Amino acid sequence: MSTTDEYDLECIGVSKNFSSVRAVDDVSFTIPKGSFFSILGPSGCGKTTLMRMIAGFETPDSGDIRIKGNSVLNTPPNKRNVKMVFQHLALFPMMNVYENIAYGLKCIGTDKATIESKVRDVLERISLPDVAMREIHQLSGGQKQRIAIARCMVLNPDVLLLDEPLGALDLKLREAMKIELKLLQHQFNTTFIYITHDQSEALVMSDHVAIMNEGRFEQIGRPEELYHQPATAFVAGFVGDSNRWSGVVASADAQTLEVTTQAGLTLRCVQQAGRALSAGQAAEVFVRPEFIRAERAGADLAEQGDQNGLDGTVDSVLFNGANSRVLVRGPSGELIEADVVVTGGQGDLRGGDKVRLSWPIAQSMCFAG
Amino acid sequence: MQSDIKRLSLILLFAPFALWIFLLIIVPHAGMVVLSLREKVAPRVYEYGLGNYIDFINEPIYWNTLLRTGSMSILVTFLALIIGFPIAYYIAKIAGKRSRGALFLLCLIPLWVSDLIRAFGWILLLRETGVVSSFLLWTGAINQPIEFLYNDVTVIVGLVYTVILFMIVPLVSTLDGMDDAMVEAGYNLGGNGFTVLRRIIVPYAMPGIVSGCIVVFMLTAGSYLTPILLGGKNSSWFTEQIYDQFITRFNWESGAAFGFLLLAFTSLVVWLGLKLTGQTLANTVAKS
Repeated sequence: MSTTDEYDLECIGVSKNFSSVRAVDDVSFTIPKGSFFSILGPSGCGKTTLMRMIAGFETPDSGDIRIKGNSVLNTPPNKRNVKMVFQHLALFPMMNVYENIAYGLKCIGTDKATIESKVRDVLERISLPDVAMREIHQLSGGQKQRIAIARCMVLNPDVLLLDEPLGALDLKLREAMKIELKLLQHQFNTTFIYITHDQSEALVMSDHVAIMNEGRFEQIGRPEELYHQPATAFVAGFVGDSNRWSGVVASADAQTLEVTTQAGLTLRCVQQAGRALSAGQAAEVFVRPEFIRAERAGADLAEQGDQNGLDGTVDSVLFNGANSRVLVRGPSGELIEADVVVTGGQGDLRGGDKVRLSWPIAQSMCFAG
Repeated sequence: MQSDIKRLSLILLFAPFALWIFLLIIVPHAGMVVLSLREKVAPRVYEYGLGNYIDFINEPIYWNTLLRTGSMSILVTFLALIIGFPIAYYIAKIAGKRSRGALFLLCLIPLWVSDLIRAFGWILLLRETGVVSSFLLWTGAINQPIEFLYNDVTVIVGLVYTVILFMIVPLVSTLDGMDDAMVEAGYNLGGNGFTVLRRIIVPYAMPGIVSGCIVVFMLTAGSYLTPILLGGKNSSWFTEQIYDQFITRFNWESGAAFGFLLLAFTSLVVWLGLKLTGQTLANTVAKS
């Protein structure tokens, strides 16, 4: 791995144990300049520990962390040019907005006039020019959020860490803040590392996402890669919705394989380069609801060779505008989700309808179980 | 009907408090004020006037004692804060959940024993034939016994020991409410240990500091046993003057005036302290 200042942050084989628990296990990644990088994982997967190591609040047991090419392992947290937006923001309640933002500048000994112009400038950039003299408790949730970011950005950090800062906001504001954060990141052109357990936050905002599970990175990639080409069963199950079957590989050749599920269904999948399965192996098959076509049975279906097909009965229709779904009771009694278009007309599927489900075999994602 | 019941329950709940305030605070103090304004002109003949207060001003030993009591109480308060703050910080922020309760209990244990017994404990340690003196003699560090009692240092040490708990308790409760992330944010934004302490931890703990200081100062200035037992005749504590007026000289009028002056003086000091530090009772004591 070459060490140039191409990368704002590099982690090389970072591990951390808490007594006998391995919180972070040999994690390596690099983050190019000015990108929005998310670490996505279920709670307790070690993502917060990893971030605390980058900020300097924890020391890794092994491995190296480099910022702009220089190792920071021996740099105390107050000397690292990595700033952090805390989960509950940790704005200082005894200071007003101006003092909160000026705090960091005062710490590095900036003179008064410069502080004033910098604070004014950063407030301008987060489009809150008039709140300087307000107390923290007078701000709304979204404003606090932006002040917490401004307080860090005024110091021109190499990397900004964000620890699930949207968690405390209500749903509507959270949606708005997602877009806002992305815009702020573009505007400041600083590397953001965003820690979250909410996949939609990670997918919407990020240039690159790392999926973390049990202290390890399962996969790093662009959001669409993670969604469409998950590298592991965990990623396939964690990112996005999917229907999931477990079974055993019945037969396999170079291109395709057949999996017999526990309930006796036969599903065909395409072999993936690098992780081909052979007959007899346990396997898990994931299919995204949007690739499953649900059509009323009896219609003249042109069954193509590269399709999987199942018969079932509509159990219920979940109407949610453009994201409507049907729950179909399959031949072995399991529920399968499929996206449908609900137009409100006569042709819509209703509960009790017999349907035929089909999807291209290329869309069955198969992993060793 | 409903509102009658509500009103009745309010009156019933409020009555003990009102009785307490009225019978134990307002009535005695009003009595003291009236008493302090009486002057004895002949046996069993009294006149109203400010004579007792004028006596106080004209006799330097009286107001010197009051000023001495005040300044030593401030010193005790300051020392209790300096010593108590790290202890409170350790209990609230650094100690683990389990050891926190044990540490808090350890702070409380001295209160199991009465003031009097604690003071005698100090006497056993510090008197000429006491533990410390004998030990030093035995090691050869000194060649004749030393009397550690009856000086200002001993009085201050004893007072700090007696009152420090009342500083630690409010400090622990305010520091306990501080999010650890606040301190981490202070470091993360570039502050060193001293900056974080000065700009974040101390301002955050201000409500606890103020209420702890007020309680400690009032307790110290009004204490009687510790200064008398540890300081002896040299202590010249103002409460001793009050006691003398009431009991030894049987001059209740002058004693009442002194008592009222002590109250006025300590209130003034607290008010000045709040003004100087830019705090108000509403946003400190009420919050802690």
